[in-house]
Amino acid sequence: MSVQTENLETAAEHPALAADMVTKPFGRDRTIGIAIGVILFVAAIALPFVTKSFFVFQVTMVLIYAIAILGLNLLTGFNGQFSLGHAAFYAIGAYTAAILMDKAEISYVWTLPVAGIVCFAFGFVFGLPALRLEGIYLALATFALSVATPQILKLSPLEHWTGGVQGIVIMKPDAPFGLPLNQDQWLYFFTLIVTVLLFWLAHNLLKSRTGRAMMAIRDNPIASRSMGINNSIYKALTFGLSASYTGIAGALGAIVVQFVAPDSFTVILSIALLVGLVVGGVGWIPGAFFGGLFVLFVPNIAEQFSKGLSGAFYGIILMGLMFLMPAGVAGFIAMLRRKVLRHEG
Amino acid sequence: MELLIQQVVAGIATGAIYACVALAVVMIYTAIGHLNFAQGEMAMFSTFIAWQLITWGVPYWVAFALTVAISFVGGVVIERLIFHPLANAPILSHVVLFIALLTILTSTAGFIWDFSIKTFPSPFGSAPLFGSSLISAHQAGMMGITLVLLIALFFFFRFTRVGLAMRAAADNPVSARLVGVRVSWMIALGWGMAAAIGAVAGMLVAPVVFLEPNMMLGILVYGFAGAVLGGLTSPGGAVLGGFLVGIIENLAGTFIPVIGGELKLTIALCIIVLVLVLKPGGLFGRATVQRV
Repeated sequence: MSVQTENLETAAEHPALAADMVTKPFGRDRTIGIAIGVILFVAAIALPFVTKSFFVFQVTMVLIYAIAILGLNLLTGFNGQFSLGHAAFYAIGAYTAAILMDKAEISYVWTLPVAGIVCFAFGFVFGLPALRLEGIYLALATFALSVATPQILKLSPLEHWTGGVQGIVIMKPDAPFGLPLNQDQWLYFFTLIVTVLLFWLAHNLLKSRTGRAMMAIRDNPIASRSMGINNSIYKALTFGLSASYTGIAGALGAIVVQFVAPDSFTVILSIALLVGLVVGGVGWIPGAFFGGLFVLFVPNIAEQFSKGLSGAFYGIILMGLMFLMPAGVAGFIAMLRRKVLRHEG
Repeated sequence: MELLIQQVVAGIATGAIYACVALAVVMIYTAIGHLNFAQGEMAMFSTFIAWQLITWGVPYWVAFALTVAISFVGGVVIERLIFHPLANAPILSHVVLFIALLTILTSTAGFIWDFSIKTFPSPFGSAPLFGSSLISAHQAGMMGITLVLLIALFFFFRFTRVGLAMRAAADNPVSARLVGVRVSWMIALGWGMAAAIGAVAGMLVAPVVFLEPNMMLGILVYGFAGAVLGGLTSPGGAVLGGFLVGIIENLAGTFIPVIGGELKLTIALCIIVLVLVLKPGGLFGRATVQRV
């Protein structure tokens, strides 16, 4: 009973903190992580030369979703704020890129930083009222944001820029410097470079003073405040940063899919990102890749079971995953590692 | 002025829908402390069951009662099978489970009854009430049922042993368990009641918005807005909040250009954000106090 009581209290005190959140599933030993990293890197370089074009496109989308999920993870996993509204920031990023390329004819490369900055501003502004909200209330406000987004994008006064219901079609860029790559291969490498860069930045940020402050706020807002951390500024900035990551993902998504339309950015996308986050593991950076894989491939797998009931199978797979690994892939790996270590020692 | 009055009355009529849904939202929130994102889909599924019964020739009120009973059992079963085993899982896992439930219900409903729009009968008829064009008989009946439901709930929670036990279980699970309340069954009961109220809401809403698997998403957002406006812990507040949201929506639609037709959901968003920022407890809710 006493154990249960303690659990209840921890859960009540830190609603955002997953009870068994795993930040280092491989433990402190870095060799495994580095070995896996090297293998993945080689595989990532070789991939577009050995597989079909469509598969390359799919993997590119996995990377894009991974960036978006990483953005959400920065907010939820490392700062303890919920969001069911990240499709809105993804949409803003996508539209920024599309409008810049379509109306201002700016090169696709430069749309990414612009999308990042624009989304940072939006995220920061939305993060200010969100400061006063916690847990389920924040989930609610952001949920409403993402339900409202398609309507705002369809708004007739904005139609000149957004193209209304029709959306905007953009051109696929060619590989620069005469590289012997087709468009899909080039976009894959471009996305890969951006992904590596963004993950590296996030990794370093979280190891810094700022990152520790973010996590301190997640773990105990009162203690962090008494240690001199300005909770409000950090929370609003994290919201902006998170939106910025997701917005860059959105911009990349627009470039790769060559099309933006209001109905691609419904609440379904927000939900998919959240599901990806939880499946990958809240508070574990590489979990975003597993999340990206889930978001892209599991709906297709569900469709293969049955066309009409694909949604039901998707739901069942999701429930099964939650029962098997309530703390996502990160928790699953940590559990395996514990078992292996126990057998060895 | 006449336009204003007309719009307010029309707002009250649509507000009745939101009030019903908001009531169901608050019910489950008090029982389990979570917002159920699958609430709308549960209501939709119940409504389809009612539609099926009526199509088979069951009289309306028999079908109504049967649907409420089936939904109650369904709610309890969902809690026992899916949420009870993961009761101690992190809150995000619960949200994901809600999402899984939502997709399963939508997809199954679409599979069994297909996605075409169906009409749903109203027990009150659709004729205007007392010959006035302001409000139809169905809308009046809808308001009536919502209020009856609210009063019944009030008496249930205020004056029955089970109601008291449910409140205790929600308020302080550990102490409630120590004095012999079976907390986990109280939660299951809360799920059952929320599903039953959702079923009532769905059956009342369906004649107005028509029946199809995705009918509830927009309404759920308004229901959330109503619940937040009234206070997530107060059933009465939620009902009033629902009515207010209906009125605000109609007035904004009439008197503010552009926003009217195109940005209806954004109004709900603005209401939610404004209320949460200005008065997080809602109009009648308790502010949550945290022990440090």
